[in-house]
Amino acid sequence: MSDQPVPVLEARNITKQFPGVIANQNINLKLYPGEILALLGENGAGKSTLMNIIYGLYHPTEGEILVNGQVVRMNTPRDAIALGIGMVHQHFQLVPVMTVAENIMLGSETVRNGLLDVRKVAEQVTELSQRYQLDVDPYAIIEDLPVGMRQRVEIIKTLYRNANILILDEPTAVLTPQEIEGLFQVMELLRGQGKSIIFITHKLKEVLRIADRINVLRGGRVAGEANPKTSTQAQLASMMVGREVILTVEKEEARPAERVLEVKGLSARNDLGGPALHDVSFEVCAGEIVGVAGVQGNGQTELVEVLTGLRKADHGQITLNGSDMTNAGPRRITQEGLSCHIPEDRHAHGMVVSYSVADNLVLNTYNQKPFARGININQPAIIEHAKELIKRFDVRTPGPNTHAGSLSGGNQQKMVVARELSRPLKLLIAAQPTRGIDVGSIEFIHNQIVRKRDDGVAVLLVSSELDEIMALSDRIVVMYKGEIIGTVPAAEATRESIGLLMAGVHADAQPPAPDASAPGS
Amino acid sequence: MNARSINLKGLAKLALLLLVLTLIILVNSTELRQVTWLRILFGVSALNFTVRATVPLVLGALSGILCERTGIINIGIEGMMLAGAFAAFTAKVATNSWPLLASLLFGVLLASLLFGVAVALLVGALMGLLHGLMSIRYRMDQIISGTVLIILAAGITAYLFDRNAIAEGKFSQISIPLLSDIPVIGDILFTNAPITFAALILVFVLQVALFRSRWGLRTRACGEHPRAADTVGIKVNRYRYVNTMLGGMVAALAGAYLVLEAVGQFQEGMTAGRGFISLAAMIFGNWNPVGALGAAALFGYTQALQNELLLAGFVNIPRQFVAMLPYVVTIIAVAGLVGKVRAPAAEGKVYQTEGGE
Ligand SMILES: Nc1ncnc2c1ncn2[C@@H]1O[C@H](COP(=O)(O)OP(=O)(O)OP(=O)(O)O)[C@@H](O)[C@H]1O
Ligand SMILES: [Mg+2]
Repeated sequence: MSDQPVPVLEARNITKQFPGVIANQNINLKLYPGEILALLGENGAGKSTLMNIIYGLYHPTEGEILVNGQVVRMNTPRDAIALGIGMVHQHFQLVPVMTVAENIMLGSETVRNGLLDVRKVAEQVTELSQRYQLDVDPYAIIEDLPVGMRQRVEIIKTLYRNANILILDEPTAVLTPQEIEGLFQVMELLRGQGKSIIFITHKLKEVLRIADRINVLRGGRVAGEANPKTSTQAQLASMMVGREVILTVEKEEARPAERVLEVKGLSARNDLGGPALHDVSFEVCAGEIVGVAGVQGNGQTELVEVLTGLRKADHGQITLNGSDMTNAGPRRITQEGLSCHIPEDRHAHGMVVSYSVADNLVLNTYNQKPFARGININQPAIIEHAKELIKRFDVRTPGPNTHAGSLSGGNQQKMVVARELSRPLKLLIAAQPTRGIDVGSIEFIHNQIVRKRDDGVAVLLVSSELDEIMALSDRIVVMYKGEIIGTVPAAEATRESIGLLMAGVHADAQPPAPDASAPGS
Repeated sequence: MNARSINLKGLAKLALLLLVLTLIILVNSTELRQVTWLRILFGVSALNFTVRATVPLVLGALSGILCERTGIINIGIEGMMLAGAFAAFTAKVATNSWPLLASLLFGVLLASLLFGVAVALLVGALMGLLHGLMSIRYRMDQIISGTVLIILAAGITAYLFDRNAIAEGKFSQISIPLLSDIPVIGDILFTNAPITFAALILVFVLQVALFRSRWGLRTRACGEHPRAADTVGIKVNRYRYVNTMLGGMVAALAGAYLVLEAVGQFQEGMTAGRGFISLAAMIFGNWNPVGALGAAALFGYTQALQNELLLAGFVNIPRQFVAMLPYVVTIIAVAGLVGKVRAPAAEGKVYQTEGGE
């Protein structure tokens, strides 16, 4: 840092204008050899846009990119790849129906006698995945893989192309703490080899843990630089958002009332037909937040899917507001059961990427008044509704008619949350509700969830962020291998005790049956 | 367990195939030929008819596969076929007696026929380009764009068609040495005219190319997840243009087949819905070339059956019902498949790099 070598990568005066938005304005950024540069910024600050420009996918309205001190002209990502730039995108760029090996070689295929040499590529993939301890099966089909595994495939994809400069756009958003630690080890290994990394995340703790230098963007401009050794999370947060952010959630003692959701002896299978849930029983009362903790892949996804009608249960019973909803369809559950669902994968279950923001905001209510008028859609009412939610939830978009896919990742998430929370509710099922959201908005969404609780909504919160679970929950259930291994009142929970349960270790002081610790006691 | 059940399925299929083959040979070379219904089902004439009916259908389906695998819906196959047929005819008529250098090499007839094919391919490529321009450059709805092609081809060919023109001669049959000596089967499969052979070869070439070549991998990526293809430096829209043009050429080859190999002349609207049945074959074959061949053969066979039943006067229900057979089978086949086949995920959607995800 002191002797200032030539930056491997430099962005000079980058400006990028989209219809109605200036995403980047006169941005300057330098990346030196062998360093990890963290890029922070609110949702919509322009981080992904800048990265896409560096990667040759978007073309800047103004400004230039230098690689090793030379101005380069990039027309497509092909040029960037040739210059040794690799990028892991915020949303997976994998073809779901193809195998891992096919996805990895796509665009840089190995060909023998005119045909793809899948075997050779598979060997290379196995070799890479062993070297970096990423452990992926080159012949697996992408759509069968859990998100954490897909993330690894994306990383191998850039390694396979021999990238010297790696751009990682929110790679940790979908990873479990263990996987994140694994990723950091890979990043350190790569840094040790002299590679340079730009790392984007909203988790300030991660930034302080891994980054050598921090750049902050705000509103499309550079807001400043920070040194991870001397900064605190609070400083970074206020630098990003431009105001003080309260990083802890303030809430009062829960006052649980009647039972809203009751699950008894629930069993279900996963996509591959294997057991995913086994004899799961718990309940959520009005006015309390029950957090579901667990290492990802221990049945949480399937549990949420069964509860929201997206997956069939094999055994067991689900009672919602006193009526039996076992294997009911999603519409009955959402409308009759007054339940809502913030899904873990927003692109797959949360939104229609090709619809406008306004239409996405009525996906759960379009068939009800005032949005439906007989068999017609009441467009003015939908637009009005959208304008109000956009304001209330601070969704950064040029307008209600904007194509939802062009919003920044975090703003897409805010749009989904806004839709789900804006309806009279009895039960809120939130899976990773703050995935990809900046600290300022997390504060807001957490407050909204607590407010719902105080209004008497039963909340089931699933998150791989242990901090989020600890901060919001009144009661924590821990899932391990498809079963509930323990239930802990939040007041008694510590990171260690929950962590042990997540690893499948029964703590001795733990009451054996989940029902033993009555809610609110 | 899984591997074994697949093996069993494969074995069952193989056994069925062998059984049918033996039946075909027996029916056509022994006294079994006297049994009317066996003759209708397995007679040489029914099978020859099947081959003739299958060729344009499978070519049409391949055209659809080429376009849709890269993400462009092509319901305009019918129009591309008709345009190809007309182009082949016009070129053939113009060169009925063409003293060309090529004629010295192959003889006038062959040179003129080949010229017909070449012109048909060119016109097909132009139709594909038009479809590409409308649906990529001008972001028109691809269903509409396909419909435009159909109407355009029907209108222009009817307007330009000179009813007095006559194409002299058509492709003659070639026997493949050795293979054509197999009893019965050799006659049906290995003694045919060139476009028929080309179509069959094309099926297998495309099957391999689509799933095992670089071009195929990229094509499928463009049709499934264009953004992913773009992020690894593949020019999505360029692939789409090229494949749509190739698709147009293959559909036009089907048209050329009708004029230069099957009928020998052009008639207004002579494709008679084959382009649409091709679409059904493409879907029934799950967007796979070999699957589409199977589907096209099934539809071709029902047409042959319809023909044989009518000729034999074997059934005494109104002939209109018999004539419905191929269409009913098509509808049942496609309707029965809902949820079992999967179209390329991104088909019909415009792709723009800066349009967001
Ligand atoms: N393809 C696009 N078309 C139009 N506008 C876009 C497009 N991509 C991004 N934008 C807009 O540009 C701005 C910056 O978006 P960008 O995706 O770069 O934000 P980000 O910093 O990555 O945010 P997040 O943390 O939420 O991912 C946003 O206002 C967004 O709506
Ligand atoms: Mg982003």
